[in-house]
Amino acid sequence: MYDSMMLESIKEVEKTRTKRLNEEFARLTADEKLELLHNFHPDFRDDTQREVKIGANKGEKIPHEIADLLESKSLLNPKSFDIINAEHDVDVLIIGAGGAGSAAALVAKESGAKVLMVTKLRHGDSNTVMAQGGIQAADKTNDSPMTHYIDVVGGGGYTNIPELARALTMDAPSVIKWLESLGCMFSKDEDGTMQTIHGGGTSRKRMHFASDYTGAEIMRTLRDEVQNKEIETIEFCSAVELLLDEDGKCGGAVLYNMETKEYFIARAKTVIIATGGSGRLHLAGFPTSNHYGATADGIVMAYRAGAKLAFLDANQVHPTGVVYPKQMIGQLVTEKVRGIGAQLVNTKGEQFIHPLETRDVVSSAVIRECEHRQNGYEVEERQYAVWLDSPMIDLIHGKGTVKRELPAMFKQYERYDIDMSKHPILIFPTLHYQNGGILIKENGETEIENLFVAGEVAGGIHGRNRLMGNSLLDILVFGRRAGKAAADKSKNSDVKILSLKHVERFHKQLEEAGIESERTSPMLLPKYHK
Amino acid sequence: MGQAKMIDIYIMGKKYEVPSDLTVMQAMEYSGYKLIRGCGCRGGFCGACGTVYRTPDDFRIKVGLACQMVVEKDMQFIQIPFFPANKKKYDIDEFNADLPSLMKLYPEISRCVGCNTCTKGCPQNIEVMDYMAAAIRGDIEAVAKMSFDCIMCGLCASRCPAEEVQYYVAILARRLFAKHVVPRASHLEDKSKEIEEGLLDEEINKIVAMNKEELKNLYDNRDIE
Repeated sequence: MYDSMMLESIKEVEKTRTKRLNEEFARLTADEKLELLHNFHPDFRDDTQREVKIGANKGEKIPHEIADLLESKSLLNPKSFDIINAEHDVDVLIIGAGGAGSAAALVAKESGAKVLMVTKLRHGDSNTVMAQGGIQAADKTNDSPMTHYIDVVGGGGYTNIPELARALTMDAPSVIKWLESLGCMFSKDEDGTMQTIHGGGTSRKRMHFASDYTGAEIMRTLRDEVQNKEIETIEFCSAVELLLDEDGKCGGAVLYNMETKEYFIARAKTVIIATGGSGRLHLAGFPTSNHYGATADGIVMAYRAGAKLAFLDANQVHPTGVVYPKQMIGQLVTEKVRGIGAQLVNTKGEQFIHPLETRDVVSSAVIRECEHRQNGYEVEERQYAVWLDSPMIDLIHGKGTVKRELPAMFKQYERYDIDMSKHPILIFPTLHYQNGGILIKENGETEIENLFVAGEVAGGIHGRNRLMGNSLLDILVFGRRAGKAAADKSKNSDVKILSLKHVERFHKQLEEAGIESERTSPMLLPKYHK
Repeated sequence: MGQAKMIDIYIMGKKYEVPSDLTVMQAMEYSGYKLIRGCGCRGGFCGACGTVYRTPDDFRIKVGLACQMVVEKDMQFIQIPFFPANKKKYDIDEFNADLPSLMKLYPEISRCVGCNTCTKGCPQNIEVMDYMAAAIRGDIEAVAKMSFDCIMCGLCASRCPAEEVQYYVAILARRLFAKHVVPRASHLEDKSKEIEEGLLDEEINKIVAMNKEELKNLYDNRDIE
């Protein structure tokens, strides 16, 4: 429920609403965008990052919170830990059971591999399940993978690895077709045509969606199918280290039962890391929209094994995170709200940015509006926000649209007696997505033989900035590719005796670099308890 | 906004004093619980944190998601992060979107007594009993559409006197409906075929090979639908 001061501020928004209905805020030029980013995006702040002292990315800047985890000791003592007895011996071990892991599992199984999938929480616990907005694919007649590609690399600041962006956009239609064939309930017209809308930075309406439960619908469909296919999945079981042989080839992992606290070993001919993102590290102190388990575990394990990371200094703050009610702080207000007409408005009732610029640009503009121009609403001491004018949606598309098109969002606000179809909502950027990750090639391979990576934990696809709807796409494109490649590779993979020698060497490097912290990683879960 | 006042809550019967503006999940953490079960997306989408509670002024059992509801004075609660349920395995291609399919996999749907406890126990406010009634009628479309907001937390099944697993019936119906009733998207078929046949390879290769300046030129001058 809004208090009287908020209701006063809302009046300013309402005053200009009719006028704004026909007002399109000018899009920024390339130079204006750059200036805005450099002045206000947290990626460019001096105090958020440092040079990492050891490993394959030594000397490169990485956010403090991630660098802390990389410059930490293993949870295991590599000298004394017994890895002789393997409880599991499989073709493909998949670490993480969100969208990427589940897609990989289905394809690996279909390719004839014996698959084991482990996840530190439940099957489906992931950022995938929270993705509301949609999934991009250029499958309409006015669109093409080439047009999609140009949007992707333009949005990514021309830093994307071309072959990865190519795979992303060229596989997109077949990924949607695959989901359709699995009985994923997309929002469609009567004749079966996919309903598609714009997202930030798209030049065509190519955002497919399933109401505003897109990720949840995809995840529950994939999980149901993994269960139908009887793929072995162990829940509440994380991986804490990879196992390598003397040639540096990956051949399994040390697993950890989150509930009984026991360690055990899984041998595998190939391993796929699909552990997701890192929002729960709260980079630069931002609240996050991420799942409880988004703690960068895969990055830590792979880095110790010698993998190269890319673009980890680029982290996406999503422009519209909830600021009020405070119980929902950090949660995402899907970009679809802007996609179907809501504008961003300051306390004077003015627009200050085109609502469908790319996320980095819109976030920077909101930060500027609040921190520099002082046109934000002060929700709590030093916690500013701007208005997202959601009632415009019903004015544009007809009464009942908000409730019909954004049922999840509507329901969440309704729990706190806020009707977002009648009143605008208070937002500020929230930490949303790890743009970079473990550097991959187009089939999910890494520089470590037998080790594959897919999903948010991978880096290079989106360059420095991902567009809305390309993450649900990426996890499926590269999940499927990694699943196939790992299954194929497992048929002629020869791994020698496994060890944790690489962890021993890593500990030695920590010592040599003078890092004397008692920190251990991976983090597995954030510490929110007293 | 001032400092929130402190209130008593009872976590599985044990009293803790917590600020009154916390969610149930935050209140558990405030009380010292490190959650492994009963915590997932923290945003109301994943169904990990189904919670059952009572307040002193009401004899009724209430439900909610721990991440989505604010604590109430003197509430007593327990999370139900898991409840036993048998999911039937099936090949989606071998079943139609009809009553015999539902009856073959979940014959117990006919045991529904229409008590509406499932609906009252749904934190998503889904009309669970109504979609179960639709299932018994074989109206797969109605089941699919009415159950769409289901997060599969399992609270409906936990309280059902007829021992149904409503949410598994619902996902079966949704998948059968989307697969076998809704028409396929022809544009999807066409575009995938074009790509598979390599008809776009030349064009995409040209763009993939472009340098930054060339791409920038295309991007800055692209037309926006």
